Amino acid sequence: MLIKKPNNIHSSEITSEANYFNRRKFLQSGYLIGGGLLTQKLFGAELPKKPFDVLKDINPSKYSTKEQVNNILDVTSYNNYYEFGIDKDDPLRNSRNFESRPWTIEVTGEAERTGIFDIEDLIRPHQLEERIYRMRCVEAWSMIIPWIGIPLVNIIKQFKPLSSARYVKFETLLDRERMPGQKSRVLRWPYREGLTIAEATNPLPIMAVGIYGRALPNQNGAPIRLVVPWKYGFKGIKGIVKMSFIKKQPKTSWEMAAPNEYGFYANVNPKVAHPRWSQARERRIGSGLFAKKQPTQLFNGYGEHVAHLYEGLNLRRHF
Amino acid sequence: MVSIKTAKRVLKPPIFLICLLPFVLVLTDAFELTGKLGANPIENIQDRFGNWGLRFILITLAITPLKILTRENWLIQFRRMFGLFAFFYVGMHFLVWLILEQSMVMSAIIEDIAIRPFITLGFLALLILLVLSLTSSNNIQRKLKKNWYLLHRLIYIASILAVWHYWWQVKKDITEPLIYAMILISLLLFRIWIRVK
Repeated sequence: MLIKKPNNIHSSEITSEANYFNRRKFLQSGYLIGGGLLTQKLFGAELPKKPFDVLKDINPSKYSTKEQVNNILDVTSYNNYYEFGIDKDDPLRNSRNFESRPWTIEVTGEAERTGIFDIEDLIRPHQLEERIYRMRCVEAWSMIIPWIGIPLVNIIKQFKPLSSARYVKFETLLDRERMPGQKSRVLRWPYREGLTIAEATNPLPIMAVGIYGRALPNQNGAPIRLVVPWKYGFKGIKGIVKMSFIKKQPKTSWEMAAPNEYGFYANVNPKVAHPRWSQARERRIGSGLFAKKQPTQLFNGYGEHVAHLYEGLNLRRHF
Repeated sequence: MVSIKTAKRVLKPPIFLICLLPFVLVLTDAFELTGKLGANPIENIQDRFGNWGLRFILITLAITPLKILTRENWLIQFRRMFGLFAFFYVGMHFLVWLILEQSMVMSAIIEDIAIRPFITLGFLALLILLVLSLTSSNNIQRKLKKNWYLLHRLIYIASILAVWHYWWQVKKDITEPLIYAMILISLLLFRIWIRVK
């Protein structure tokens, strides 16, 4: 039997596969050129106001791992967020009444566009993505978490940093009433973190606004937090209210607290032990009472995307 | 005033059961009858046994000062039992670390004991408590005579090692180890004060 090719469709009319899958971006870019601000509002990401509200219009990402995702109960009941207490169930318990609206982020320093921005306005021009990442805590445990967020690089581009900007510094809200853990002097408040510009504009880091398809719970850093999957979890600063583009390497909170134990880079590295415990292996949360710890990977397994950032750098000295 | 007989026959059994309660609660939590072990059950169990080991060390050390201050001689009847419970909980803490946390991987266990100072300290404290427990019976006490008292002064070393082990293990906030340290220091100072007086 002869199958005839339908020749009434011109090859130029056929949408390529790449364009088909990118049709939303394709449309959006067209609208952006044509309509400007107005269409940004119509087609941009919407951020619901309450934790666990459903987030809409989320794209998958090629950077996501296919490993088994952790139970949401693990992720929301066991973590460090010293602003709400030092035990790992404190954040859940003590953040219950935290109100994360209204929320603004102040952008300062070496950038063309600086000022104070409402979180909704910052998020709106962007497309939400799901990034399922490994999270390795410096305390030698790990989880797989499905974050929802926006690539940090896209947010940074918005502010047009100058060439003099070599680092990005982040700060958490300082409010002892709303964050009772700040009454303790265990760390210097506000919590501070930082990245080099090269790290911050790598495609992997995201500003997360959700987990499991829903708005970020208070205990995980609502309304917006950083996720840098190849670094120890404490680099993932939560409840961010300030971003500064600066020339000099900023001092981070953990570095100030114990400079011999926590460095600026804090890259996951099985070969560089913490002064008091080994980093060679990690306990995967949720793996059960009798599971063995698993080997920790250099850069938490994200080396193909980030190893080039540290060429020539002594990782033992710059831990 | 409680007679020694009453202390032994009436008070000892219920106090023994109370001392066992933290262990029973770990088991019932594991089956979610009384509570939960949480997202990191191994850490939860290990920390609880470690804490109770430390508490029983301090309780054991508190008996003599308490006896001297209150002149209630029957209290001494409980010292050995508390000491053995201290070893029991410290031993459970060690076994959880060995079997669940380290999965009996010998290379990791030896490395940790050899080059992680806080684990070295904890391991030494465990060894001391083991020796003290093995030599705690009346028989051995009689055989060793004066040496028994010398040997059992090692509890002071073990208690310092245990608090130090906890102090070095916490990530940053030292409030809790500090509380244990202050209690230990007052218990030791009391002994020095009695000697000097």
